[in-house]
Amino acid sequence: MTTETKIDDALIAAHGLSGDEYAKIIQLLNRAPNFTELGIFSAMWNEHCSYKSSKKWLRTLPTTGPQVICGPGENAGVVDIGDGQAIVFKMESHNHPSYIEPYQGAATGVGGILRDVFTMGARPIAAMNALSFGEPSHPKTKQLVSGVVAGVGGYGNCFGVPTVGGEVRFDKSYNGNCLVNAFAAGLADADKIFYSAASGVGMPVVYLGAKTGRDGVGGATMASAEFDDTIEEKRPTVQVGDPFTEKRLMEATLELMATGAVISIQDMGAAGLTCSAVEMGDKGGLGIKLNLEDVPQREANMTAYEMMLSESQERMLMVLKPELEAEARAVFEKWDLDFAIVGETISEDRFLIVHNDEVKADLPLSTLASSAPEYDRPWDPTPAAAPLSDVPAIDPIDGLKALIGSPNYACKAWVYEQYDTQVMADTLRTPGHGSGIVRIHGTNKAVAFTSDVTPRYVKANPVEGGKQAVAEAYRNLTAQGAKPLATTDNLNFGNPEKPEIMGQFVGALQGIGEAVAALDMPIVSGNVSLYNETDGTGILPTPTIGAVGLFTDLGQIIAGPAQDGDTLILIGESHGHLGQSALLTEAFNRIEGDAPPVNLATEAKHGDFIRAQHANIRACTDLGDGGLALAAFELAHAANTGATISTSDIGTLFGEDQARYLIACAPDAAQALLDAAKADKVPAQSIGQIGGTTLGFGDSSGDMRDLQTLYTTAFATAVG
Amino acid sequence: MKAAVIVFPGSNCDRDMAVALKAAGAQVTMVWHKEAGLPSGLDIVAVPGGFSFGDYLRCGAIAAQSPVCKALVDHAERGGYVLGVCNGFQVLTETGLLPGALMRNAGIKFVCKSQGLRVETTASDFTARYGRGEEIALPIAHHDGNYYADAATLETLNAEDRVAFRYAGNNPNGSVEDIAGVLSANRRVLGMMPHPERAVDKAHGGIQGEPLFAGMVGALASV
Repeated sequence: MTTETKIDDALIAAHGLSGDEYAKIIQLLNRAPNFTELGIFSAMWNEHCSYKSSKKWLRTLPTTGPQVICGPGENAGVVDIGDGQAIVFKMESHNHPSYIEPYQGAATGVGGILRDVFTMGARPIAAMNALSFGEPSHPKTKQLVSGVVAGVGGYGNCFGVPTVGGEVRFDKSYNGNCLVNAFAAGLADADKIFYSAASGVGMPVVYLGAKTGRDGVGGATMASAEFDDTIEEKRPTVQVGDPFTEKRLMEATLELMATGAVISIQDMGAAGLTCSAVEMGDKGGLGIKLNLEDVPQREANMTAYEMMLSESQERMLMVLKPELEAEARAVFEKWDLDFAIVGETISEDRFLIVHNDEVKADLPLSTLASSAPEYDRPWDPTPAAAPLSDVPAIDPIDGLKALIGSPNYACKAWVYEQYDTQVMADTLRTPGHGSGIVRIHGTNKAVAFTSDVTPRYVKANPVEGGKQAVAEAYRNLTAQGAKPLATTDNLNFGNPEKPEIMGQFVGALQGIGEAVAALDMPIVSGNVSLYNETDGTGILPTPTIGAVGLFTDLGQIIAGPAQDGDTLILIGESHGHLGQSALLTEAFNRIEGDAPPVNLATEAKHGDFIRAQHANIRACTDLGDGGLALAAFELAHAANTGATISTSDIGTLFGEDQARYLIACAPDAAQALLDAAKADKVPAQSIGQIGGTTLGFGDSSGDMRDLQTLYTTAFATAVG
Repeated sequence: MKAAVIVFPGSNCDRDMAVALKAAGAQVTMVWHKEAGLPSGLDIVAVPGGFSFGDYLRCGAIAAQSPVCKALVDHAERGGYVLGVCNGFQVLTETGLLPGALMRNAGIKFVCKSQGLRVETTASDFTARYGRGEEIALPIAHHDGNYYADAATLETLNAEDRVAFRYAGNNPNGSVEDIAGVLSANRRVLGMMPHPERAVDKAHGGIQGEPLFAGMVGALASV
């Protein structure tokens, strides 16, 4: 008989629970919880699992549409791509672990998101990563970049999913708090999606995958030495990933699903056994009984508390059809994975945890699942940004060099060459050329993936910045010819208890909501990461938007590259908006002015125009930060040639007005496209030509080869 | 023409290999590593890329101890054809079917990109449809592609014209003499780090892996 740990104020605080929250637990139970129960409540009620600060606002997001098969609330979102097929996708952060231990933190971030996808019955077909690091000159940055990139690659490459896109940015606000946002998408049959709701009483609850160890127990809440003296040795709070086990778990899970044995399934992520069991019981309106002595364990003498809070990776929980147990067990034995019946569904509303015949927790399950606190945190609207004062004169080529010589805008080959971008042999567009494109295996369809946000904009103007993140994703998909389908949001912010941070969150969600509604890209999954602060300073608000677009025919792809002699046509209106621009930041080290305004109706109109005109377009890129100048360089670089743009006006070249694209058309197609634009009242003008050995902006020009050398070496020079 | 693709736990290019073989006209069977034997009447066995057994211990080392590898060696010793790509090449060196070893890339990092190669010999059914000295580009994606063999082995490989491919331009992994792929003495076992199965379809952006499959399947179909 072990001595029950005494619950005092310090222990409650160490579990991240406030006095009020603890009082609420006592009220719900009509008694004080024991130690294991306190741990279970802390796991269910922490910000990560309960979304207690964000839920009120997340509910306002548009999540439905004819293309949506399953919106937020399951392991991942599901959208219809026709022909009985579906794409299952989600993005999730692994920020804090990656800062503490970059390789394993990033690796297990990738592992977690892949698990979310295959838990629903989908084979992962693409991954992306949105990474935000501190200043290149900060002493920790290089180590974080190299560790995180190696970790992302180490996991995804071994698992065997192509990494087809992502973002890498640097800003001093991330010096003490890098962001690792991992995206994964999988392919499933639309009528064979697996959900987490258990059904049937007395059904076996089965544990699959790797064994349970003490890794990650209690995460950050386990810092106090007063209550961990029952643990022989402290474990790092960062979990360790094993992509080989995950690959086998995926194969075994998909094979098992095909046998028809699976009633419901849930992956074990944060607070693994606790959250997954409660989720399955609650969604099915059932209780769950677990016998912990049957849990496969990697270490000796683990307590109920440790097992319920362990975050060991590569594990699944499932409710199984009892008559198919032998078939199910055979599948897991084939793959040399643990398969253990660890409990059953029960009719009473109880979460009953038994360990060696001793009841370790006995909680009302539906209450535990649904009674998490929800806060309406006070928030202050972000004040309007001061107008931008005069921007000094600069030669446009020097301006471009400031951008492409910065790791923020330089070629990211140093990063993506460490990722397997082509495994599965369906990658049609690898990173570095706009959004990634993956063919749906064995069909003439494809899907495109992009991840976008401009955190500077969101800080200056959360509403417009939120809209812009969605609009940018919409344009990146459109520029390849894809029809944007749906979105996942990974909302990274500072401390929500500060009204100005909460104001950023509320504003950004308003903007995101308006944009996904207007552009018909409902949010089908997502993740919130708050408290991204160091020494009281928050990160730039970073609501990463991951989006998926569809090609119903491979012929819709705007393949590129441009060819010498192609006409360059600018779509959209340029007003020279330099506030919060890349030029201002990179060339003048100034962060000033308002974010560019986003007109969603214009975005939709221009996007529809690009798709309708795809046959006339040889290559296309959207205009994001860096504006026309950077877009022109990128189009020319992709074609390994030069280009001339007729203007040298800094506002036109580097302004970041929205709803714009730069396209290259064969000379005979250019007139047809301009005529169509005129008929559709879409602003379009011929502004230059592809070809030559230089990049020219009006009377200013630079040698293309020199610019390409700068572009392809700047990243490694800064942080390699 | 009958082909088998061996599947180890952790293989992840097995499907891609099967697709490429089928496209070239082969009938393909997938064979799980725990099988003690191979299907009868096989013309060629492909050992695919991936991370068999998680690359733990040493790439390919654990896979080489799988029951099916005994049958693989027997197949090769009977004069059967074997193609090992990437992790498959590592498995072939671990089984002893090919000489040498594959070490961690000289640059330490995993590297995935399109890589220039020079076809060094056309005297094999794998390479007969290329031109001798022809430069092609194939995708590479590996962490341990740094081929090494001792001086005597290299002398033999060169003297017997058994280097199938060398890297053209920058050597991506530090391999000795820029070697990217080698043949067995009977020229029927090929191991290579680049992925020809990722370049057999116009949608891949290149089809320079196609002659390898076409040559192999074509030669065997006419037997």
